[in-house]
Amino acid sequence: MAAKKKKIVAKKAAKKAVGKANGKRSSAPKAGSSPGVDTDMLWQMYRKMMEIRLFEEHVWDVYTRGLMPGLAHLYIGEESVAVGACSALRNDDYITSTHRGHGHCLAKGARLDRMMAEIMGKEAGYCRGKGGSMHIADMSGGNLGANGIVGGGFGISTGAALSAKLRGTDQVAVCFFGDGAANQGVLLETCNMAAIWDLPAIYMCENNQYGEHTSYRKVTGIENIVDRAAGLGIEGVRVEDGSDVIAVYGAVSKAVEKARRGGGPTFIEAVTYRFRGHHVGDGGAYRTKEELDWWMENKDPISLLGQHMIKTKVAEQTQLDELEQQVEQEVVVAVEFGRDAPLPPAEQAYEDLYA
Amino acid sequence: MPDIELTFKQALALAMSEEMRRDESVFLIGEDVGPSGGIFKCSEGMFEEFGPERVIDTPISEVGFVGMSVGAAMTGMRPITELMFNDFALLTMDQLVNQAAKIRYMTGGQCKVPMTLRAAIGAGRSSAAQHSQSFQAIFSHIPGLKVALPSCPRDAKGLLKTAIRDDNPVIFLEDKMMYNDKGLVPEEEDFTIPFGEAVIKREGTDVTLVGTSSMVGVCLEAAEALSALGISAEVVDPRTLFPFDAETIINSVRKTGYAVVVDEGVQRYGATGEIAAVITENAFDYLDAPVARIGAADLPVPFSPSLEMPTIPDVPRVVAAVKAQKNLN
Repeated sequence: MAAKKKKIVAKKAAKKAVGKANGKRSSAPKAGSSPGVDTDMLWQMYRKMMEIRLFEEHVWDVYTRGLMPGLAHLYIGEESVAVGACSALRNDDYITSTHRGHGHCLAKGARLDRMMAEIMGKEAGYCRGKGGSMHIADMSGGNLGANGIVGGGFGISTGAALSAKLRGTDQVAVCFFGDGAANQGVLLETCNMAAIWDLPAIYMCENNQYGEHTSYRKVTGIENIVDRAAGLGIEGVRVEDGSDVIAVYGAVSKAVEKARRGGGPTFIEAVTYRFRGHHVGDGGAYRTKEELDWWMENKDPISLLGQHMIKTKVAEQTQLDELEQQVEQEVVVAVEFGRDAPLPPAEQAYEDLYA
Repeated sequence: MPDIELTFKQALALAMSEEMRRDESVFLIGEDVGPSGGIFKCSEGMFEEFGPERVIDTPISEVGFVGMSVGAAMTGMRPITELMFNDFALLTMDQLVNQAAKIRYMTGGQCKVPMTLRAAIGAGRSSAAQHSQSFQAIFSHIPGLKVALPSCPRDAKGLLKTAIRDDNPVIFLEDKMMYNDKGLVPEEEDFTIPFGEAVIKREGTDVTLVGTSSMVGVCLEAAEALSALGISAEVVDPRTLFPFDAETIINSVRKTGYAVVVDEGVQRYGATGEIAAVITENAFDYLDAPVARIGAADLPVPFSPSLEMPTIPDVPRVVAAVKAQKNLN
């Protein structure tokens, strides 16, 4: 399995790393405005973002080699949003994901191998090959599904929040959606009901600045999407640097804590950027190379966290490299698992329709 | 326990209340279903018994609360979602067709969507084109949905209880002209009517009249009129369009040799055509005349009674269809 990719280096910080010789993770880092992020969590978040990054790079590889049917929408560049948000959740909390959903699914605990098998249309996949890239769900981990309809998660996630409230649990539901879905009418209806009933719902807008091929600025009446929250009667929080996983985690943690104690919904906008096209076949002619380069150079979530971990002596570059190699190996195994898994027999098309 | 006389809407309220008493996960949600008892008074008294957490008044946000019903159903609840008029379902088609009907299948059977969507169908009260349609054919076209159409208070109770207990999304369509119809309804809490079982409402030997929802009543009246002409009509009510009991209908047609199918959806590409095809495919050699279809006129429903009433299938049209099949004038 050709593992084509370049090593992710925590920029600038690499040379400054003066970590302990044995690389022991001992001291708590200065986590800025997000106390409560201990070193273990930093490592977990770094690992999870790396899993997503390398998984997506392999999806690209698998796609270009013709090992998967259909296509896929890659999450590379936005890992901080899924990982920051899901790190604030319990296993029994709910999420709904989007067409660009691999990151959310992995961040909520999905396995690399069953993810890859699903993307390849195999029976061993999460959806037995019936959903593919755009419909991966893992109900056992609270993932109510990626969705091929832009804005398709608003109803389901808000309904899950209503359900949690009616059942008297303290579960919360996070609806991931993009700047594109922010212009769907269902947002208004569901956010309004979450507001009037104080539902434990978190609306997590990942503003990656392009809906398919269109800049959100061209099609959105306001600069900051989160400003709409005020009109909905929902607390709005803008994470200006959505590439900062700790900042995303901090914002979502507060929203989760509020939701659990019955404080109602929160609308969070995290500004982020996708490093790849809308889907695997998109050349990206609608944005400039300079813009893309700037984001990749300055706002790579993995690089930024690595830098932070080195600066705060949580990690050394060599440890981060080791972790990357380890994850790479795991993803390669997942690809092999998917490749070797059997396709579902045709008669299975008739299964799973009715309960 | 003796049967009691109830109106159609009282039978619905009884079914919902019984199910909410036996299962805490059942709740009713919709516009004005609460203290006002629903626009058609189908949930009268339920708010008082179950309170605002289980009889939930919503904003006028059909897309939102139908979508939320899907999410609630996926996570352990059993919503009964009242949509008032089935015309409003068009607003919610993404939630019903792309989400409710598909989520189990797309996820390889990982979840269930036990929700019941109740909505009123039918013309006849000058509600004009956006409050009078009958979309049973559209819903029945969607794999993943089930579609129930009670034709009397007894079936309203029995089918609604089955719908609520079903682990799949059920579209439950109530002809608004029947809400005040009276009939005998079993009081037993365990009375349910299984889906996919047609019922022979009247036995006969000379022609099979297949009717849905309020058209069952039209067929029964037509059978009475035909009887005066010496024609013995059998009336069959499929009760659910999906699952669909083809067998009962086919057996009836094999016996009578004639079939007229009546449904209040517009005729073109409608339920009547589908049922006629099923009959033709399975009883062709027994037919002595082509199957007749009688749907609503292929028009938006007009407002003025003088325009509206002739668009709805009625007894004279059914009688005329049978006479034409038998070359009687």
